[in-house]
Amino acid sequence: MDVALAIAGPGSRAYAFIIDWHIRLLLALTWFAGAAYVQTGVIHLHAKSPASAIAIASLPALAIYFLYQPLAELAMRGRTPGKRMAGVRIVNRQGGTPSTLALLIRNAFRLIDCLPAFYGVGLCTTIFSQQRVRLGDLAAGTLLVHDGDTETRALAQLGTASLNEGLDAATLALSNDLLLRWQELDTTVRRHLARDLLRRADQARGVAADASLDTLDEHELQRRLRDALAGRVR
Amino acid sequence: MTPGPKSSWLARRAGQWRRLGDSLPTWRRGRLSRTDALAALDAYHGLARDVASARQALPASAITTALETLYASLHAIVNREPRHTLASLRQLYAVEIPATFQELKPQLLAVWLLFALSTAAGWWLIHTWPTLVGLVASPEMVRHVEHGELWTDGILNVTPSSLLSMRIFTNNIAVTIFACVAGVFYGLGTFYVIANNGLMLGGVFAFTREHGLDGDLLKFIFAHGTVELSMICLGAAAGVALGESLIRPRLASRRDSLQQCTARIARLFGALIPLLVICGLIEGFVSPDAGIGWPPRIVLGLANLALMYGLLTGRFFRSSAAA
Repeated sequence: MDVALAIAGPGSRAYAFIIDWHIRLLLALTWFAGAAYVQTGVIHLHAKSPASAIAIASLPALAIYFLYQPLAELAMRGRTPGKRMAGVRIVNRQGGTPSTLALLIRNAFRLIDCLPAFYGVGLCTTIFSQQRVRLGDLAAGTLLVHDGDTETRALAQLGTASLNEGLDAATLALSNDLLLRWQELDTTVRRHLARDLLRRADQARGVAADASLDTLDEHELQRRLRDALAGRVR
Repeated sequence: MTPGPKSSWLARRAGQWRRLGDSLPTWRRGRLSRTDALAALDAYHGLARDVASARQALPASAITTALETLYASLHAIVNREPRHTLASLRQLYAVEIPATFQELKPQLLAVWLLFALSTAAGWWLIHTWPTLVGLVASPEMVRHVEHGELWTDGILNVTPSSLLSMRIFTNNIAVTIFACVAGVFYGLGTFYVIANNGLMLGGVFAFTREHGLDGDLLKFIFAHGTVELSMICLGAAAGVALGESLIRPRLASRRDSLQQCTARIARLFGALIPLLVICGLIEGFVSPDAGIGWPPRIVLGLANLALMYGLLTGRFFRSSAAA
């Protein structure tokens, strides 16, 4: 069975990268300052500080900074904290979790993708390539796709209450979609859709349509729609 | 509007989908227990039927998209390859690395030739026009040599060996990976990296010879440099293969050809990286130590070469693979 996954564009990619960059920078700086403080009593080091103090403070900090991405991707199977927050993940071309080798190749190509500065090469290939991939993805056979959080929420909302079996499947699905996308829709449109769906629900129950529907406010319309979805009768 | 049977299907299955969505993060993380694996398989088959029904009953609905996403995630879990870490490692060192090394011999020869030519060119350039030394050496290096000493003399007084080693092997690994991945520009990036390194090496040797320090430089380089340069050249040979996969793709598309080639050559780094770490340790602990004479350096250099040969040809691992 073929299913389509939504490919993430340069915006989501950059958003995830910026979050990850801040996380790794903070982690590395925290280690550096902590190690320096434990050894010398101050949080900064200079050229005349003991070599062992410099080594203990700077080497792990550099390791954290440079190995964060590959290690996080390996540990979280194609995700990083930044990618998770941005709602994206790495998959192979079959939609599955990429292999360790693919993730390592993808990260090795960062050396080229980050050229000449600020991921110039990577950004250009992401903008101009058909599947929005950077060179590392091209070489490793990976893609960055949306994690499907909205979709998961759609199912979660549907599964929280017992559903109104009196409604036909299309009305049920539409009500669910409308509640899920309530904030994204224009006020007039969502009110109109909610009233229409509530009338259909009344019709399905074999009762006359509520005349007060046109006077209900947004909050009440949403509440009634949830009740109709769950089969709670007014 | 009369309630159809499809709505009861939705109502019946919704709870199951939600529970499945809740289980996915746990199933993704690690090994599945027998019960979880059976539950995943059962859910996978059920979900395939649900996706088909949803596509028919609710086309273009968020529920259908959600079910498809859920199905794709479950498909990835059900079809996940088993992990055999030790066996994979044995296979890597006994079979895959030697095979890739054999395949890359023509490219390796070409890279060595380019490196030798650019080294000779660098030598000739600085020998003929010594004032151009600024192109291949930093002002600090030039100042040291003009004062009759190598820039590496007394380096251990400034930086401890451990720190020095770490810095060196990190840099060498980055250079080798770069020499390889730069091949993605149809091999031109690799050509530049090798030509540049050769020019610098030749130029620096010519410059130190003018000041009678070439023997000292060779003594410094010998123990670690033979393997280090070989590894960088091998990384570059892998880069040439990458470029070749794009210029003359073996598969239907350049993308597929690049992917296949990258997956093949990436295994070489299983040997390259440990060897570069050893070179870094030698360069940090042995090479700058003026108290260590030629004989131990020669022994160490040759032992390192033997180790490299053993790793790349798989001689150390053949018996264990056969077992």
